Amino acid sequence: MAFAVRLAALEAKVEDCPPLVEEEKYKENTEKLRELLLPPVREVILKSPKRIVKIGGKYVLFRHELRYHNPTAIAIDVDDSMDRDIIVKRVRMIESFEYEYVGQKLKLDAIAVRSVTNNPEKYAKTVYTVVENTTLPLILCSTNPAVIEAALDVISPPHHRPLIYAATKDNWRDMAEVAKKFDVPLVIASPGDLDMLVSLAKTLSEDIGLKDLALDPGCFVGPGGLSYTIKAYSWLRYKATYDLWKYAKYPLVATPISVWMQITGDPKDVMWWEAILTTILMTRYADLIIMHSLDGWVLLPQVMWRFQLYTDPRKPVSVPPGLREIGKPDEMSPVLVTTNYALTYSVVLSDAEKAKVNAWLLVVDTEGLAVDVSVAGRKFTGDRVAEAIKTTGLENKVKHRVLIIPGKAARVSGEIEDASKWRVIVGPMDSSEIGKWLEKNWTSEKIRELMEGA
Amino acid sequence: MSEKTSKRDKDEIKAKQEATIYGLLAKIIEALEKGVVELYNVEVNAEELEIRLTPQQIPIPVVITPPQAVAEAKPEVKAAYEVAKAVEVVAKKVVELAKIAFEEPRPQFSGRVLEVKLGASRGEGGSRDSVIVVGGHTMPAYYYLSGYKPPHPPAFGGDVFDMKIGLPRAVKLAFGDALDNPAEWARIWVEKYGAEAIDIHLVSTDPTIKDASPEEAVKTVDTILQVVKVPIVVGGSGNPEKDIVVFRRIVEAFPSEGLVINSLNLDMKLEDVCPHIAKTNAIVIDFSPMDLDKAEQINRKVYEWIPRNRIMLDLNIGGIGYGTEYGFTTMERARLSALIGNELLQHPFNVGAANAWGAREAWITMDPYWGPKEIRGPLWETLTSLICLLTGADYYMLVHPLTVKTMKAVREYLFSEPKPKDPEKALDWLSRSLPVF
Ligand code: B12
Ligand code: SF4
Repeated sequence: MAFAVRLAALEAKVEDCPPLVEEEKYKENTEKLRELLLPPVREVILKSPKRIVKIGGKYVLFRHELRYHNPTAIAIDVDDSMDRDIIVKRVRMIESFEYEYVGQKLKLDAIAVRSVTNNPEKYAKTVYTVVENTTLPLILCSTNPAVIEAALDVISPPHHRPLIYAATKDNWRDMAEVAKKFDVPLVIASPGDLDMLVSLAKTLSEDIGLKDLALDPGCFVGPGGLSYTIKAYSWLRYKATYDLWKYAKYPLVATPISVWMQITGDPKDVMWWEAILTTILMTRYADLIIMHSLDGWVLLPQVMWRFQLYTDPRKPVSVPPGLREIGKPDEMSPVLVTTNYALTYSVVLSDAEKAKVNAWLLVVDTEGLAVDVSVAGRKFTGDRVAEAIKTTGLENKVKHRVLIIPGKAARVSGEIEDASKWRVIVGPMDSSEIGKWLEKNWTSEKIRELMEGA
Repeated sequence: MSEKTSKRDKDEIKAKQEATIYGLLAKIIEALEKGVVELYNVEVNAEELEIRLTPQQIPIPVVITPPQAVAEAKPEVKAAYEVAKAVEVVAKKVVELAKIAFEEPRPQFSGRVLEVKLGASRGEGGSRDSVIVVGGHTMPAYYYLSGYKPPHPPAFGGDVFDMKIGLPRAVKLAFGDALDNPAEWARIWVEKYGAEAIDIHLVSTDPTIKDASPEEAVKTVDTILQVVKVPIVVGGSGNPEKDIVVFRRIVEAFPSEGLVINSLNLDMKLEDVCPHIAKTNAIVIDFSPMDLDKAEQINRKVYEWIPRNRIMLDLNIGGIGYGTEYGFTTMERARLSALIGNELLQHPFNVGAANAWGAREAWITMDPYWGPKEIRGPLWETLTSLICLLTGADYYMLVHPLTVKTMKAVREYLFSEPKPKDPEKALDWLSRSLPVF
């Protein structure tokens, strides 16, 4: 029963129960169970020999109904008219993009290779250059089936399993054939026409037998455009999750890159709108996003928001409580107290490291809550701090008996002193001040003063 | 393996064999024509096959000949293979587009978010040239379900502080010296940057800052009311004891301006201030950071004095990276709950999007790759606002003019008839060379 509950909450998988998997007599029911547990939005897999990117696999429309699975993949483009050096440079930038946030490395996921030349040979060559320089899966972008086929001949699935973009109302027969021949997933693009989109989904799935499809209803800005775009993505996901409509049950692909065709003028403006469209569509159900801008300011909020949107709403992201070392602390080094909310912890740690201080970091179990949240919610208390001192054996690590707490925890300084019998000094509000603050306040005279006072 | 699966497999094997037969037939035709009798690389187990070649139901063969095999085959066979492929294509052509219509989603909602009016015009006893009505939703916003368009679009106010506080450089660049003068700051907001309301934050009243008196606060609000003729949102300092004193004096001084009081929370002695607000036409914002139980609690309490259609709800928001997901999900839940009939949450949302600047990525200097903070800051505020917009947010308090400008454009786009121009050009991005920087 407990297992059933965990299954239903998607915390366990059918495979986790050995008898179900191993015993012959359960086989049929196991299969049924698997199908029952399949997400309303199909999960489609893109692959390079080194990486797998899963898109779709969504169970719910609203995040609070469960949680979202498979974070929106972000792909950046290169094209076959670019010089080789530019391609290589862009690919390296995409590959090495990284931002560290709450101890996680936020990255980009795929490379979209467009065909500007419409020349199969040229395109295949470009694709080859790209795979030589990246570990990321590809999206092959052209409406010309011959171009796509040429590239597929070069990268030979199944080691690579790129996504093909796209089958349209004009090329669907040939494109479907290519997808079938190489067994690769295929996007159906029908900008501005939802009827055509689902007609193609029906035809390609039922009549041609393709299983791994994705849908793109088109990406527009401006009057009539943005409203249409949001409507289309919302309707598609609504139909898939609430009405379990089989022609909407595929991952959704969005192309904010298309603002480069729709907005002219200062490139910064175009990037600004590309950022806007990306955030909106990531929030409104896109499972894969194709962008052009490689500028850090455009991408940074996207990867951060994506991380947050895809966290489990039932549990804050936390780190294990305990005692950490910053630099090379000794028995007279300061003790900084913080919470075990992943964001708080990682901000404090990185600030202190940047300031090149040597200190002890006492991470109190606040059940994953930030400083003022946990102070307000009574999770950052005298007792919990005292407890943390005891379990970490802090007494044996330092000679002094002084704690430095965050400025936002000033309210509980008294109770911490009472419960722990350590002296408490209130530090700055923001951990970025820690370096400067320690320089001023953690001097041998001040320590002596504090010790004598104790 | 279940029966179903094995049947599927069998079908597939059969289809493959049938396909091979087609190929074979084609090759034989070819061979006959050319007089070639030898056939290479062909192996068919015909025992289990039964082919029905009725013209109406041509099965669609799946032939995937490994490219090497073709390469190795004799030229004649290669030719035959091409014919086979042609046959296959002919067979495939029978797949016609199955035309269906998109079945519109038809959700049912029975609840309605209240309409709340900010500001009072001359006819209503106030002195505002423009007033703002928000709320009235009967469906989740921007799903375009059943052609639904929210009855009132969201509105955007500009933040002004009554004393000099630490503001990001991007904001200083936009307002310059006006930051020392709340009235001038408000005027620029409305005249130059198109703010639809002004949010005056009376931070100087904080006992730990300047402890400015309620009389001084009244004076500040008076000046703002004189200088701009849009609705005014009056914010306290965040000190629960002082705020209720200040709020009371202000609503008593301007009882008919439709002021918006920002905000009430459960830490306040609500009974000391609400009866006084009730006697005026002021609106209140009930603040309950990311907590629906507490939101219901405070609303239930405030109902004792203030009519429901004079209450807005602020569930709080953090900038991207700083708790946005909590605010986002709380707002989504609140709105859905309101729409299925929870009367305690049927209030328009206020969003303090200026919180976005609390995210360090919005204001710290970073490695040049991440761009200047002067652009990251406004972008952070804009994107945080957009995320809230999708939950159905109604009124915004904003710090940066670029956010107001962008949000107004987005509002116009979202409220336009969903019908893209030039859909046939939508895929142009696929084949155009784009600038690279
Ligand atoms: C996200 C959020 C939540 C999330 C919690 C997320 C989490 N995992 O903690 C949720 C929705 C659950 C939540 C709930 C509540 N929240 Co809340 N929440 C926020 C929000 C938006 C962001 C908090 C955050 O993530 N900050 C980022 C982290 C990194 O900050 P931090 O932990 O403080 O760390 C910084 C400093 O403290 C310092 N620092 C940290 N450690 C150390 C160590 C040393 C030695 C030093 C020197 C410095 C230092 O540096 C860090 C970087 O700047 C803030 C508003 C805001 N914009 O700040 C409100 C806020 C913190 N919440 C608030 C409140 C009141 C609550 C509730 C009590 C609401 C309620 N009425 O129920 C509940 C309590 C929850 C509970 N059950 O216990 C208030 C707190 C008011 C106060 N000062 O007391 C705030 C300020 C909102 C407000 N304006 O009212 N909240
Ligand atoms: S058989 Fe074992 S794994 Fe499966 S449900 Fe029972 S206890 Fe759990």
